[in-house]
This record gives sequence, structure tokens and C-alpha cells, in this order.
Amino acid sequence: MSPILVLDDVSVRLPAGGDRSHAMANVSLSLAANEILCVVGESGSGKSMTANAIMRLLPGGVAIDGGRILFEGRDLCRLGEAQMREVRGAGIAMIFQEPMTALNPLRTIGDQIGEMFELHTDLPAAEIAARTLALLEEVRIPDPALAFRAYPHELSGGQRQRAMIAMALALDPKVLIADEPTTALDVTTQAQILKLIRDLQRRKGTAVLFITHDFGVVAEIADRVAVMREGRVVEAGATAAVLGEPRHAYTRQLIAAVPPLEAPPPRQLSGEPILALAHVSKTYRTGGFLGRGKRVTHAVRDVSLVLPRGATLGIVGESGSGKSTLARCLVRLIDPESGEIRLNGVDLAGLSREEMRAATRRIQMVFQDPFASLNPRRKAGEAVAQGLVVHGMARPQALARARELFGLVGLDPAATERYPHEFSGGQRQRIGLARALALEPEVLVADEPVSALDVSVQAQVLKLLAELRERLGLSIVFITHDLRVAAQVCDLVAVMQRGEVVEAGPIGAVFGAPQHPYTRELLASIPGREIGAGRRFAEEPTA
Amino acid sequence: MRVLTLAGRRLAASIPTLILILVGVFLLLQLAPGDTVDALMAQMGGGDAATARQLREFYGLDLSVWAQLGNYLWRLVRLDLGFSAIYGKPVATVIAERLPATILLMTASLSFAFFFGLLLGVVAARGVNKWPDTLISTLGLMFYAMPTFWFGLMAIVVFSIYLQWLPAGGFEDITVSYTGLRRTLDIALHLILPTLTLGLFYMAIYLRIMRGSMLEVLNLDFVRTARSKGMDETRVVVRHVLRNALLPMVTLIGLQAGTMLGGSVVVESVFSLPGLGRLAYESVIQRDLNTLLGIIFVSALLVIAVNFIVDLLYARLDPRITAGS
Amino acid sequence: MDLVKRYLRSPAAVIGLLLLVLVLAMAATADLFYPRDPLALAGRPLIWPFSNPRFLLGTDNSGRDIAAQIFHGARISLLIGGVATAISIMIGITIGAFAGYYGAFVDTALMRVTEAFQTLPNFLLLLVLVAVFGSTLTTVTIAIGIVSWPASARLTRAEFLSLRNREFVQAGRTLGLRDARLIFGEILPNALPPVIVYASVVMAIAILLESALAFLKLSDPNVASWGNLIGAGRDVLRVQWYVSAIPGIAILITVLAVSLVGQGLNDALNPRLKRR
Repeated sequence: MSPILVLDDVSVRLPAGGDRSHAMANVSLSLAANEILCVVGESGSGKSMTANAIMRLLPGGVAIDGGRILFEGRDLCRLGEAQMREVRGAGIAMIFQEPMTALNPLRTIGDQIGEMFELHTDLPAAEIAARTLALLEEVRIPDPALAFRAYPHELSGGQRQRAMIAMALALDPKVLIADEPTTALDVTTQAQILKLIRDLQRRKGTAVLFITHDFGVVAEIADRVAVMREGRVVEAGATAAVLGEPRHAYTRQLIAAVPPLEAPPPRQLSGEPILALAHVSKTYRTGGFLGRGKRVTHAVRDVSLVLPRGATLGIVGESGSGKSTLARCLVRLIDPESGEIRLNGVDLAGLSREEMRAATRRIQMVFQDPFASLNPRRKAGEAVAQGLVVHGMARPQALARARELFGLVGLDPAATERYPHEFSGGQRQRIGLARALALEPEVLVADEPVSALDVSVQAQVLKLLAELRERLGLSIVFITHDLRVAAQVCDLVAVMQRGEVVEAGPIGAVFGAPQHPYTRELLASIPGREIGAGRRFAEEPTA
Repeated sequence: MRVLTLAGRRLAASIPTLILILVGVFLLLQLAPGDTVDALMAQMGGGDAATARQLREFYGLDLSVWAQLGNYLWRLVRLDLGFSAIYGKPVATVIAERLPATILLMTASLSFAFFFGLLLGVVAARGVNKWPDTLISTLGLMFYAMPTFWFGLMAIVVFSIYLQWLPAGGFEDITVSYTGLRRTLDIALHLILPTLTLGLFYMAIYLRIMRGSMLEVLNLDFVRTARSKGMDETRVVVRHVLRNALLPMVTLIGLQAGTMLGGSVVVESVFSLPGLGRLAYESVIQRDLNTLLGIIFVSALLVIAVNFIVDLLYARLDPRITAGS
Repeated sequence: MDLVKRYLRSPAAVIGLLLLVLVLAMAATADLFYPRDPLALAGRPLIWPFSNPRFLLGTDNSGRDIAAQIFHGARISLLIGGVATAISIMIGITIGAFAGYYGAFVDTALMRVTEAFQTLPNFLLLLVLVAVFGSTLTTVTIAIGIVSWPASARLTRAEFLSLRNREFVQAGRTLGLRDARLIFGEILPNALPPVIVYASVVMAIAILLESALAFLKLSDPNVASWGNLIGAGRDVLRVQWYVSAIPGIAILITVLAVSLVGQGLNDALNPRLKRR
């Protein structure tokens, strides 16, 4: 089959003064009708730039400086701006990662989809409305007529992405570019959207260029795959071949870093509980003026869990399940309104502010966002020493201890003098870990500690966490939305949905034989379930 | 309907603000040296202590401060602003006579500033860092840095004294009594310079905000979506950027309504307009505290009214507002 | 160092800095060049500028040297502008920080007060304050500071609102830091840059407010203020318009300088937005 879109030796130049000269270097790819090509890579690999280069929507200062982009035989690089506009939307359409910000918040969905027809056809308004409605039905949005009149903020994330897909497919484009279209979505929604894209693509014979960082998604949807690293394609081929027998060392390393979904054999757990939650609840009441329009959200509802000493308790769930609220209740960043949180028998929920301040020594937290969790104006070493100083250690000793802790989490002790922006995401997460460990807590609450990291970095941080647990005898509450990660690090798991724990138990049992329908749905939604099956996680690939 | 409820709620919320202002200013004025009776006696050319006592009793000034405050607020509820001893008329009447000039000036200046601020901001943002942008931004900075009254004086020198195109001051030509359309035209002619004087400063602010917010919105994801649909830049700006970029500017108008009304004090003085601002100035000079308090009340009402309109406008522009609560 | 380099890259910012240095130099050398009282009679009234080498910028309607008043006026403008800005920013930061950090009831109460100050036209309040407390240099400066804090309070509050739930602040709280340390040690340093940039706006407005007050003859009559001079020149506007024109240009240059420096600082502090 002759390819419909060909990238022939394409290079994209970055503005002078950056750390690299090119975002893409000699990239060659081809895409045929009726196939899905996944471009996969970590952040900074140039995969999104590839999409922007094809659409010729590059940011200021960035330009294509070599090669050809052939669409139906025409070189897009040579088209005038007006001709290029005719290709965009009608010939090549695009969907984006964040469906909330990709839609204009001030205009209705129907209006924004209809605009596609207004721009590229001469259809009368009534016909446009009818076709738009038909599109919304086609992407299986619940109540299309309502969605037509709705504003973006009135739809859920998944519905918004469906609307985006409807918009992109309005004119039956030959090529659809999907730039991480499911990354911002929950796993169950992701599964539905992937299925939708696949179905529509098969039915219409569209060629899809699917950009992702997730090998699970690749396994789920791709016919062929191209792996990118630092602006170059390192390996390309049929999905089964690349995933099954990766030839390039980098591909092997990436695939090895994907945690398998099967839990390792269970560890012997202590019978003594270190942390016990009983009937913890937190309710939010929003709005309400003179009693009208009040809304009540049960963020956490009657949660009872036990963490044995030395064990890791995973709390998994989708966004809005209350898992993060629960984590914040444990360290009293949020005050639960009822229930007990017993740490070694002491009820944290019942402590006064002052008592809790002292109790922070024993329970510490690691945060999600490596960029937001460190004060940009404080040296890394000071951030780590801060807790010690607050709890009474003299400054010089605390700073010396910070240097030791840097060594403990695998950072150069000399780096304590640097500011957070001088570290990478993975290194910052290590600093966050050092800060939490400085107080020698018994319990560590980790709130999505690896979800903002690239998969290879994620594997390193998880490995470090496992080592520290052994060496320091830590007990960990591990919050995550990623069931693969949970399978690898947790001994016990609790599945949360709408503030409630729907199922809890040893990880092998819950993931191996899920009882609750929601747990089953979650597990079934994970893309590329077979990836990593039968393999021990974090084994160094034999390079 | 929901829009109205929302704006109504905001309106209700401004009642405590209003009371806070009135109580605050009332108490502040108690600290002023001399009261209305002193001013009145000074105007009458002095009088004996007995007359003063009688007058104080008459105006209720012999009561305690809190009783006076209570009296004042109670009279306000009945829309009675008290009596101006200096003008010999009820304060409400004095203010009513002066209100039209100020409202006309405010409306004209605000419209001028809004329209040209919007237009120039968009033009500047479209050609960012090119010569139209540089020219507009430089001019904007100049107008921003100029004292309004000085600009007014210089405009009088150029347009009234040398070119003799426009009248140098006043609300209308009082030497001839025009009626109907001719009078409207005459007033409009008199208002051109004051409008420019007050409006140019705010135009400079709005154009800067508009330019900045246009550039910000142009970087948002949905603009990329619009471009990826094959839309040309003009349409992108008109259909997707403009309305989003307007929001910060509309907010600013509400926040600055008070400042603008304050600016009219100076402009009305420069152009001898018989407006509220000049009345405020005169009552400060003449220590007519009753009138001053009345002006504060009416000004606050005006600002609240402008904010009410701004709320309505904002809710029309942004559907997220009404959905929120 | 990086900041200085980024600042100097913008021509507008450099021009602003040069103008500001010029005004500062005028203020610093006023006593050197014009040791006499600038408000004392110096010569024949209404001498046109550049016509008499003794009075480079001419004399006003009372025979006072305009150049001397411009030099001494620079002191007054910068003094009032600087001190009033400091007062207003201090009030603004304090109120904004408390409202933004504590939220809930504290926020509602403080924001009501802020709203009241914004609903009341600031120039009217200034008139009231001057009417009550008189027009000395000190009272005028404090009054200008008092009427111009609400915007910086709102700005600080917005910064605090977005920063107080940032993870590094939460981390500080889980380490057992007290509120005072969280506010002053963790949040404030991060909230400060935009507020400092905004101080240039406050200063520009403060200078303009003082000149307007002086123009209306409500500022301190015993100091050489540019606004006073413009007001005096108003009586001879028809012919000797230069008496009003010259001090106006001085105000224009000063406010322009302050604004350009503020803008330059803003761009230097936010390198991401530099391309604008």
C-alpha cells in the first residue's frame, strides 16, 4: 500500500541558545491509509514536535530546516500559508492531550465543531447543525443534543475528548494526528477513548499518527511503532516485532521499565499494625447562599484500613476517588471530620495543632509534582535540613545530616548547595524523599510520587523506594492511579471509588481475583495488559 | 435569568460595603476641625455663641457622635441626604443638579477609553514588536505618564486658545440659550476636551491590558486547535481570541470605576464643569461636610452601579460564571 | 547578575533607568545648583525660557525661578512617591497575605474592607483626608499611601491563594512549620516579585495623585511641588503657557521613568514572557 504521509529526512531547528540545536534530526517516517502508527518516546524526544511540524504549527523561533513532508505526494514544507490552511482540518486533523484547554471555554461544543464545516465547505447552517449532531452521535457522546449546546466546562474530560474527536473527524480527513489524546484521562475513560479511535479509524480507513509515552497504549492500539529519542527515530517496525524483540538497546530499556501488572510473590507481613484508620470521613460543602445551591461532596467516606509495620499499603483509584484527600488527612494537611487515625495507638485525628506539629516527626509525606514540591528560592540542602531545624536540631548539624541524606537517596552530597531548578524531575523527587526521611519517620505517605516522571526515571525512583523501605524499616502508604506501579510496590491494596474503599486486601489476591465490579473494570481498562507479563520488574535489561 | 440572579446577589453583597464606607467617612469627618455651623457662621460673617448653640441644636449636632451617625443613617434610608448650609438647599437637590455633567463625562470617557483601548490593544498585539506595536505602546505609555489636568491645560492652549476650535470650559454656552438638538450639539462640543483628557489615561491602561491579555490568549491551547482546523489568523483573533482576551479588561473597568470618578474631580476643575467632582472640591474648600458626605454616598452608588453593569456584561461574556454556583 | 543582564537587554528599560537616574540627579543636586529657597522671589515675573541666562527656564507669575522649582520639585515628587508607595505596599502586603493565607472568615472581612476602599473613589477619599488632617507634606504623603493600597492587597492575596496550596508549602506544613514561618519564610519570598513590580505602578500613581492635589492647591503650599507650579501657571495660561508646560514635562518624565523601570523589571523577572 502506498503511504499517504511521508516524513523524509525532516529536521527541525530550535532557537539558538538552548541545550540542543535540533528538536528533530533526520526523522523519516511513513504512514499508510488505514493504519495506526504510534510514535513513542519520553519527554524531550521530539515526538510532539513531529506532530507540530507536520501541521506546520511550530512555536516561534522553531523552524523546519531540512527534509520533505509529503502528504498525498505534495511537499507540505513548500505550500503557501493559504494552501496549508486548506490541508489543516480537511486533509490532516489533530486532537490534543488536554481536552479542557484545547476547546474554547466561551463557545459551545456544537459551535466549535460546526466551525470545521464553515471553514472548509459552503454548507448552509441547518445542514451544518445536522451534521454536527450526527458526528456527536457517532462518537457516542451521551445525549448529543445536549452536548451540542453545552460549553466545554459542562462536559466531563472523556466527553470533551469525544467532542474533540468529532471535530477532528468532521471532514473525514485522510490523516488524524493524535497527540497524547488519553494521557490526561482516567484509565477507564482512556480505554473507552482508545476503543473509539480504533473503531472510527477502522470504519473510515483513516491513517492515524498516534503520539504517546505509554507502551501499554502502544500495545493496545498500534499497527506499527516508531521509537524516538532526542529527536531521532531509533527503531521502527511492526508493533509485535518492536515490543516482542526490540533491537535497539534504548527500546529494550524503555520496555523493561514498564512495570508488569502481576504482583511479585507476597512478602511475609508483620502482624503488628503501625497505622490503623477507622471510619475516616471528610465532606466538602461548597457554594450555598442562604442555604440555596449547596453541594455536598463526600471526598472520603467511612474509610477503615490497617497498615502493618514494614508493609506498603497501596491506595488506588481514579481522579476524584478521594485517594489524595485521604493521604492529606493522614498527615493532617486536611482535618478529617470524623474517624480515627491511630499511629502506634495515638489518634492523630484527635491531636491539637501543636501536638500534631510534634507528631510530624513520625509520619511524613512525599508529594507528586517534582517541580511544585520544592521552594524555588531555597537551596536543596536547606529544604532537607528545614524539618530537622524546626524540630530542634542546630543548623550546622542539620545541614551535615542533609548531606548524608543526599547520599542516601543517591544524590551527590555537594549538590545540597544548588537550587531546585538545577535538578531534573527525578532528582527533585529524590530531594523530596530525603526531606521526608530527614525526620526518620515511621510511616511515609507517598502521594503519586512517580506519576510525573518518565518511565525510565520512574523505575529508578521506585527501586530506591523499595531499597529504603528495607534498610530503614519504613511503612509506606502509597497513593497511585497507576495499577502497574501499585502491583510492583505494594503488599496490600485498597481500591477507592467516590470516596469509599470498594475492595481491599493483599495485592496478589485483589489483582489476581478481583471481587468488586469496579476493580474488575479498572484492571480490564489497563492498556496493553500483556506487556511485561511473566517478567520480574526492574531487572536490568541484558544489553 | 441566572445572570440577573447572580448580579443581584453581588449587588446585595455591596450593601455592607456601602455601610462600611458611610460609617467610616462619617466618623472620619468628625475629626475635621470645625463643623457645618462653623462654616455657616463664617459665611454669615460671625455670630454669637447662643446662635451657634441654637443652630447646632437645629442640625442635631449637639448629640453624641453615635446618635448623630444613627440619625444620619436613618435619614439615608429615607433617601434624605440632609441640608447644605452653604448652598441653602437640601444636599440631594445640590447633587442632583450636578450629577448629569459627571455622568455624561464618565460615560463618554469610559466608552472612548474602552473602544480605543480595545482597538489599539488588538492592533498592537497583532503586530507584536513591529512598528505599529512600538508606536502604540509608546503613545500609551506617554498618555499614562501624563498628569490628566496638565494634558487638559495643554489641550486648552492648543485647541481653545490658538486654534480656537473648541470651548475652553463650561458645560454649555450660557450666553445663548439653545434648545433641542442645537443644545445637545453644544454640550457635546464642550465635552470633547474633558472626555479626551479623562479618557486618554484610561485608554492607555486598557490598551496595555488588552495587548497583554491578547498575547496570553494567543498562546493558549484552543488557539492552536483553531489553527489546526485551518483557520486564518484574522478569524482566529475575531472568533476565538477576542472574547477571551476581553475578560481581564472588563474586570479592570469594574475595579477602576471608582478611580475614574475620582479623576473627574480634577478634570471638572480644569474645564469648570458643574459636576459632582467639582462640587466635592468646593465642599472641601468651604468645609460643607454634609454635602461632602452626600457626594461620597452618591459616588459609591455610582461605582456600585457600574460594577453591576460590569457583572452583567461579564456573565454574558463568560458562560462559566453562571454555571459555578 | 543574570537579572541585570536580562534587564539591560531591553532598550526601553535602559531608557527608563537613564531617565530615573536623571531625575534622581536633579533631586540630589538641587541644593548645589539652586541653594536659595526655590519659592523666594528671584527676579522679574514671567521671563520666557531661554531668554535670560540667569533663569534658564524662565520665571513664573510671582517671579520665582522655574528651573529651581523643577530641581527642588524632583525631591518632593520622589520623596512623596517613594514614601507613599512604601506605606501602601506595606499595608497591601499585610492585608493581602493574611486574607490569602487564612482564607474563610479573615479573607471575607479583609476583602470587604478592600472593596470599600475600592468603591470609594480614591481621589475623593484623598480630599476627605486632606480636609480633615490638613495639607502638610507628612499628611499628604500618608494620605496618598492610605488611598492606594487596595490593588497591591488584591495582588498579594491572589499570589498567596495560589501559593498556599502549592506542594512545597504543604511539605513545609507536614514538616511541622508554624504559620508565621510558612507565611514569611516560604510563601512571601515567592509572592514578592510581582508585588515589587507593581510598586512601580503605585509610585507612578502616587506621583500623579500628589501633583493633582497640588494643582488644586490642596497639597503643602510651602514646598516646591511641580503640581503647585502648574496650578500657578494656570492663571497665565493664555500667553505664558510655559509656566504650566515645563513642570508637566518633568512629571511626565518621572512617571515614564518609573513605569519603564517597572516594566523592565517585570520582563527581567519573567524571562518566559520576554518575547512579548
